[in-house]
Amino acid sequence: MPDGMTEIPVRFTLNGAEAEAAVAPRMPLIDLLRGEFGLTGTKRSCDAQVCGACAVLLDGQPVSSCTLPAFEARGKAVLTVEGLAADERSAPLTEAFVNNAAFQCGFCTPGMLLAAKALLDADPAPSEETIKDALSGNVCRCTGYKKIVEAVEEAAEAMR
Amino acid sequence: MLLAQESGAAALYAGGTELLLAMKSGLLAYDALINVKSIAGLDAVAADDRGVVIGASATHSAVERDALARERLPLLAEVEHSVANARVRNVGTLAGNLCFAEPHSDPATLLLIYEAELDAQGPSASRRIPVGELQTNSYETSLAPDEMVTAVRVPPFPAGMSGAYSKFGRHHRPTLGVAAAVAVEDGRVADVRIAIGCVSPVARRLPRSEDVLRGERVDGLAADAPALREACRLAAEDADAVADLHGEADYKAHLARVFLERTLLRALGRNGSGGDA
Repeated sequence: MPDGMTEIPVRFTLNGAEAEAAVAPRMPLIDLLRGEFGLTGTKRSCDAQVCGACAVLLDGQPVSSCTLPAFEARGKAVLTVEGLAADERSAPLTEAFVNNAAFQCGFCTPGMLLAAKALLDADPAPSEETIKDALSGNVCRCTGYKKIVEAVEEAAEAMR
Repeated sequence: MLLAQESGAAALYAGGTELLLAMKSGLLAYDALINVKSIAGLDAVAADDRGVVIGASATHSAVERDALARERLPLLAEVEHSVANARVRNVGTLAGNLCFAEPHSDPATLLLIYEAELDAQGPSASRRIPVGELQTNSYETSLAPDEMVTAVRVPPFPAGMSGAYSKFGRHHRPTLGVAAAVAVEDGRVADVRIAIGCVSPVARRLPRSEDVLRGERVDGLAADAPALREACRLAAEDADAVADLHGEADYKAHLARVFLERTLLRALGRNGSGGDA
């Protein structure tokens, strides 16, 4: 796609509010979120859909915003960690991460929180096995994961 | 039609989980991407007279969650749940995975033992391609430049056949994938299908290993049984493993031997339990 190709108009729901942008065909969603909307909670790390730091929810399902083209948001709902933080129903989840010290450097935390939200929306009472499976695509290099799993267990209980 | 007009300057785009990575890193460049997701109905998962027809824009997640696929192809649904990670599965498609022909693919190996077929559509004709005839090399397929896969047709295992799939690896993509399915009649192996992938550019069936096992008594097929050992030895040879970032060829041949034995025993263990997974 040569530079200068027509930009694609994108209307979508961003953290619950109507949003509009014109995006270059090859712009990844993360650049739209961070660059155009200033939502820097979404982190770029591996840039290859492996680590989960850039995860956002697209119509409730986790996707890697580092690689998904921004135009794929057309007509859909995008939730970033900023939207999660503003959502009162999700407060027990963020609080459980604090209570359990489920992060150290915090770089993976936005993706972990969003993966956990997608899980809890689908399954309010997940087993430890199910939690590990749902978070298995999100890489943390600090915690060893135990505290993260415990935080999600606590959040599930608090949110039921 | 668009694909023919653009003659090489355009690529088909479905999930993009492979294509966009290659484009981001500069390995591939196209002037245009043709979004097959804009074709209505191409994401359907439906029944046909032989089995399940998975539309070309159905994602891995759609397959793993689809009620029909779970009922008729439980092993495929199980393996689809293990592909990459949830984010890739939510975006990447089964047909795209096959057409990109990345050598380290779980479905490309598994679908060999399902004896799946692909519907391919060109500008003026359509044809059926057995899944084993799609990929010709790393990242290469037998599709014509103006042809696209529209569906993956997967028949369930025949009645009485049970399957299992194993993978191994320390990287994001599997180093090895082994698929095996066994049908037992009167205490003997009536039929067996074995495939191996990821250790060489193209996944393949292992007919010599299958032949050794056909007709063997099942109660004799414990670990280290001579027929089992011979089937696994032949698998290590016939896998034709190549060295790459995942390891040396002899290491992969060793993995083939070990994992085929485990996979066959799991498939046999599932036999008689009523399901194909």
